Amino acid sequence: MAEIFAYIKHADGVADDSALELFVAAKKIAADATVTAVVTGSGADMDKICTEMAAVYNAVWKIDNAALAYPNAEVVRKALVNTLPADSIVLLPHDTFGMDLGPGLSIKMDSSFAADIVGIEGTDGGALKVIRQEFSGQVSTHVTCDIAAGAVLNIRPGVFQYDDSKAGGDVADKSGDAGDLSVKRTFLEVVEAEAGDVDITKSEVLVSVGRGIEDEDNVEIVFDLAEAMGADVSCSRPIVDAKWMEKSRQVGTSGQTVKPKVYMAMGISGSFQHMGGIKGNPFIVAVNKNTKAPIFQVADVGIEADILEFIPELQEAIEGL
Amino acid sequence: MEILVCVKRVPDTSENEIEINSDGNDIERDDLVYSVNEWDNYAVEEAIQIVDKVGGSVTVVTVGDDESEEVLRREMAMGANNGLLLTDDAFEGSDGKGIATILKGAVEKGNYDLIMTGAQADEGAAQVGGMLAAMMDYPYASLVNLIEAGDGKLKVGREIEGGNQEMNEIELPCVLSIQTGINEPRYVGIRGIRKVASVEIPELGAGDLGVDAAAIGEDAAKVKRVDYFMPDMGEGAEMLEGSTEEIIAKLIEYLKAKGGLK
Repeated sequence: MAEIFAYIKHADGVADDSALELFVAAKKIAADATVTAVVTGSGADMDKICTEMAAVYNAVWKIDNAALAYPNAEVVRKALVNTLPADSIVLLPHDTFGMDLGPGLSIKMDSSFAADIVGIEGTDGGALKVIRQEFSGQVSTHVTCDIAAGAVLNIRPGVFQYDDSKAGGDVADKSGDAGDLSVKRTFLEVVEAEAGDVDITKSEVLVSVGRGIEDEDNVEIVFDLAEAMGADVSCSRPIVDAKWMEKSRQVGTSGQTVKPKVYMAMGISGSFQHMGGIKGNPFIVAVNKNTKAPIFQVADVGIEADILEFIPELQEAIEGL
Repeated sequence: MEILVCVKRVPDTSENEIEINSDGNDIERDDLVYSVNEWDNYAVEEAIQIVDKVGGSVTVVTVGDDESEEVLRREMAMGANNGLLLTDDAFEGSDGKGIATILKGAVEKGNYDLIMTGAQADEGAAQVGGMLAAMMDYPYASLVNLIEAGDGKLKVGREIEGGNQEMNEIELPCVLSIQTGINEPRYVGIRGIRKVASVEIPELGAGDLGVDAAAIGEDAAKVKRVDYFMPDMGEGAEMLEGSTEEIIAKLIEYLKAKGGLK
């Protein structure tokens, strides 16, 4: 078995949730694997992160370089290619960073790439069997990935919950191996999201609307229902893409993280990026025409209905209470 | 600016319920409605808008069969200048790396400043653009939701977590994967499709592209789908049944109990 490395995402001295999830994922590939955390970055935060990871991982490789102060995937890729042994298995979170880094890294490491892994079934010879999803989570697939010459495996965040398991090891400083880190893409700045007229992160009850609303003219019925319920209105990504609502109302990993008591998912299919923005275990009601929509797997109560007909009827019933 | 946009013909998930066939080795493809991958459509719109501002041309390319030609024509009806169909029996069964290898052949036959893909397609892997960039030694940026063209370089915004945007400067030539919402893709009417119906779309195979047959197709694929199955539903939702009045009455009881009504 090749060596397994996990890329540790961190910002402002805090490790991302994926940092320890990747340790759990690595142990699913091989329970006796030696798993090394790779921490890249620059400055004072590095030692804190490395110490935290050394308490869990079998080993920690620290790569400290001013060029890595912000995790520009192009720079990180060079640092990893220059540092990691050939045939390594590299684990990344399948998020906006891992999607930026993983595919190109696999080419430069001349290894296999598997994206958005939601399950790991183990190895058979030189092949790793994993579970993925296609068509926005409507169907699952078993996929074999030839790992004999190494692999880059992007692991879906939140799937492999950290279970307090620990190996423990030492921190090795590999900064001297980072080599040439010059790239043709320069990080400039992060532009923070604009605040909207409603802060949905504070809402206790959300009526959230997705593609099932079909037309901009129909958006009004969602606001009417929310008003009857005393709720706020949020939405999924396609509504913002269509410019029918402000970005500040979007729930999901690329939008807001909400923690309501009750979440009404109206015509929302329930992609993992959307569900990633819902925390605090709310009571989820899903209304959708498509009974195969993934939202019905995670909702508490489901209703098979066309929201364009259902929402006005529900509003009327609530107003009649 | 010479722009190449890589597009894919996919089952339209807003028009279809995806079902698995009886053998479990594919989805049920009879009667499926296909369309251009949604992300790719934003990429083509963006390319057209850039060329409208700074001049140049937009070429749309796909790896597929004769049926894939329809998505090329659709994007040409939007305003792409040229289409390119990469088709060969040897391409079948390629994994992401195989597809990127085929596209590299097309990139090397042209003289493109900018190559775009959609951020992801039906398989949700989001891999081909990044692989193609690394093969070409071009810089890459994924999930791009803003492009400002400059001299020999672009300023690009990437969508990152929390609704934030990561701004980068990237040298040309480069590869960008485009996120939905970057623009509002124009409507394509039947008249537009008719206008480009007789435009010739060149077809190129492995030999034309100079692609090594050993690097593509099923035999070269290191990542292979074994089967399809329905996701584990877990406990799943309690489905409310009955007449609409009954369903609403039950739902209101739940909402009252859970603090959903004020």
